[in-house]
Amino acid sequence: MMIRILVAALVTMMCIGTSTASDLPDGVTVGDVAPNFSLTGVDGKAYALASLKDMKGAIIVFTCNHCPYSVKYEDRIIALHEKYLPQGFPVIAINPNDTTIVPEDGYSKMIERAAEKGFAFPYLVDPTQQTAKAYGARRTPHVFVISKVKSKYIVQYIGSIDDEPNDPAGVEQKFVEGAVDNLLAGKTPEPSFTKAIGCTIKWTKP
Amino acid sequence: MIPLVLLRLTMLAFLIAPYQPGSKVVTVTLDALESRFRNGRDTTFVVNLWATWCKPCVAEVPWFENLHRRPDSLAPLKVILVSLDTPSDMQNVQRFVQRKEITADVVVLNEGKPHKWIDRIDTTWSGAIPATLIVRKAGGQRTLFEQEFTDETLRTTIGTVQRMNP
Repeated sequence: MMIRILVAALVTMMCIGTSTASDLPDGVTVGDVAPNFSLTGVDGKAYALASLKDMKGAIIVFTCNHCPYSVKYEDRIIALHEKYLPQGFPVIAINPNDTTIVPEDGYSKMIERAAEKGFAFPYLVDPTQQTAKAYGARRTPHVFVISKVKSKYIVQYIGSIDDEPNDPAGVEQKFVEGAVDNLLAGKTPEPSFTKAIGCTIKWTKP
Repeated sequence: MIPLVLLRLTMLAFLIAPYQPGSKVVTVTLDALESRFRNGRDTTFVVNLWATWCKPCVAEVPWFENLHRRPDSLAPLKVILVSLDTPSDMQNVQRFVQRKEITADVVVLNEGKPHKWIDRIDTTWSGAIPATLIVRKAGGQRTLFEQEFTDETLRTTIGTVQRMNP
């Protein structure tokens, strides 16, 4: 009886197009193989994990144009790429938002923003949201640091860039820098998982 | 003639209606919120996590205000709008509350670094907003929704959560 009520309730929830946070796609956890993707950048070229060729890994950042927390972190994302590209960990930015919900995140607006800010890293569009789902991205910005282990890319860190979005001067812990520095030194990132405030990903409504 | 009477009545109603400038915004800690839940008996708490900088959050605030004013069959119910603006932005939040004439409880969370307290709200929450936590049974039952609501889906969702575990 109890189960029947529960099932009925869940079916109702599905019908009204709502689901709890625990129903969102889980994606990867630290130690998993990084899901491959093939996505178009603002330069019109397609990028995949194979594009990393001689790199040791990558700092994958799910982000977008409109989210105020993404904007707050833009300069820090640019700085991460400048610092770690020469050491084999470039930034790859991916915008997963449904642009019918947020027109500001549309492809032409991404091209404009990348030019304005002089993004030196690929800024990719994920129109099917399959890459965001495969990784389990839940907010913008949301970072996944991956590194090459033998011939595979492994997820090494999931979380936020640092512990202070509002004021770069108030940062106490630079999580992504710490993770990449540890990987470069042959060590395991600690912490390997953090949470942060951000904007929900604008999922396409079913 | 009749429209004139109606107009006068409307004006009168306007004059005698109590002026509602909006709730007074205060800061709150997670401990204080938890103790409100514990003392809540059979009340369903609808805790909306929002910020003035978050557009979709601001867009759904009127639905939470409606719910607060008319909980209807969902009562006993308490709406708490928990702002994640920094405590230094209190004035912004207060201005917003006054402009929108929000009478539901609005509090600004006064905790430190978010990565240290996000799991205390709910372990299934990623930290993305808007998010809404439904707390029942004096804090014993929690359901977190990491999504936006409409006036209608907010009510149907709360009803569903209440029916799932009566």
